[in-house]
Amino acid sequence: MIAIIDYDAGNIASVIRALDYLGEKWVLTRDKQEILNADKAILPGVGSFKDALDNIRKYELEDVIKTFIASKKPFLGICLGLQLLFDESEESPGVKGLSVLPGVCKKIPASKDIKVPHVGWNSISLQKESKLFKGIPDNSYVYFVHSYYLEATNKEDVAACTDYGVTIHSAIEHDNVFACQFHPEKSSDVGLTIIKNFTSL
Amino acid sequence: MYTKRIIPCLDICNSRVVKGVNFVNLVDAGDPVEQAVLYNKEGADELVFLDITASSDNRDTVVDMVERVAANLFIPFTVGGGIRTVDDVKKILRAGADKVAINSAAIMNPKLISEAAYKFGSQCVVVAIDLKKRSDGSGWNVYKNGGRVDVGIDAFEWAKEACRLGAGELLITSMDADGTKKGFANDITAMISEAVDIPVIASGGAGSKEDFLDVFTKGKADAALAASLFHFKELAIKDLKDYLYENNISVRR
Repeated sequence: MIAIIDYDAGNIASVIRALDYLGEKWVLTRDKQEILNADKAILPGVGSFKDALDNIRKYELEDVIKTFIASKKPFLGICLGLQLLFDESEESPGVKGLSVLPGVCKKIPASKDIKVPHVGWNSISLQKESKLFKGIPDNSYVYFVHSYYLEATNKEDVAACTDYGVTIHSAIEHDNVFACQFHPEKSSDVGLTIIKNFTSL
Repeated sequence: MYTKRIIPCLDICNSRVVKGVNFVNLVDAGDPVEQAVLYNKEGADELVFLDITASSDNRDTVVDMVERVAANLFIPFTVGGGIRTVDDVKKILRAGADKVAINSAAIMNPKLISEAAYKFGSQCVVVAIDLKKRSDGSGWNVYKNGGRVDVGIDAFEWAKEACRLGAGELLITSMDADGTKKGFANDITAMISEAVDIPVIASGGAGSKEDFLDVFTKGKADAALAASLFHFKELAIKDLKDYLYENNISVRR
C-alpha cells in the first residue's frame, strides 16, 4: 500500500490516475498511523512553499514524514514535494523547510531565452547509478512546470540534473528518499517507468 | 536540452473527435481517448482539446470526456471552448485537464484570467488570442467568438495585458493564416513572444515541416499547434521532429 500524503496539495489527482493506470494500491491520507503503516509514501505538491508547509504543520505531518523516512521505507517527493524536503526557498523567505536533506531552492533567473516558469519538456542528465532511473536512458525527456529550482548541498544526493540557464537538481536519491522536480505522472512512458521503478522497490 | 513543443489540436463535438475544414462538413473521427493515446504514441508533447459543441445542453459531456482522457493519457493536455467562469475552469481542471484555454470570456471579463490564476495557478491558464491584421496594415486586432467578431482592440497590447493578469501561456491563432497551409504568422508571433516572459504557442497556417522550422526560428514560438495537418496524416509527428532536429531545433524524440 502506498500512502499519498494529503495536505490539500494540487496534482494529487494526476498522481492517483497514474497509480491506478499502473494497477498500484494507494490510500490518500493524513492519518499518522495509516501513513506509518504504508509500505511507501508519496508527497505530491503544486503551489507555494509557504502554503504547503503551513498545511503540513497544521495537519501535524512534519514528524510523521520524518518518522516515515527514518523507517527507511521508500519515500517519493514530486515537484514542490521535492523542494519541501530541503531547508528553505527564495519563494518564501524565513519559512523553514522540512530539512530532510540539506539544500536551498532559488528562483530561476529569467532572460531573453529563459522564460519563467520553466514549462515544458527538458532532458535529465543522470548523475549516478540510481534505482529511480533504472532502465531509463540518459538525457531522456520529462515534463516540468516550476519557477524555483533546487540546489542540493550534497552533490552525491543528486540523481539527475537539468539545464535551464542554471543547473537544476531535477532528481534526488538518498538512501530511501527519492524526489523529482518534474512531473513523472505527466512525462509519458518515461515518467510511468519512473513511477513503476519507485512502486517496485 | 529544453525543447520546442509540437501540439496536435483535436476538435471535439458532443464528446467525439470531429474533422472538417474550417468547422464545416464535420465528420466523426473517433473516440477522443483513442485518438489521444495514439498521438501520445506518435510523440506529441501535449494535446489541446477544443470543444466546439454548439448546444450548451451538451456542455457537461465535456467533463466526462476529460475524465476519460485523463485516466489514460500521461502527457499534459489543455481543454478550451466555451469556458466562461471560474467554476467552468474548476470543473475542467478537477476532471483532470492540466490547463484550460480561455478566449472570448477573457476578452469580455479580463478578471477571469487573474481569478483563475490566483485560484489554480498561472501554469494552468492559457489565454487564447485569435487575431487578424488590420486592413491598413498598422497592426493586429483581437477577434472573438471563434474568430468571427472583431473586438476592436490591439492584439499586441492584449497579449501583454493577458500576461500581466497572470496567464501562464498564450495561444496565438492568426485568422489570416488559419486554414491557408501557407505558414504561421511569424511576424506577430515573434513580436508577442519577445514582449512577454511566458511561453507562446503559435497556431494557424501550418502546411509543411518548413513552416514549423520558421515559426520556431523567425516566429520565436515556444510551441506550435496544428489540427488538420496531423488529423489527415499529411505530416507525421515523428517525421516533423526528425526534420526539426536535423535543423538544430531541440525537440523531444
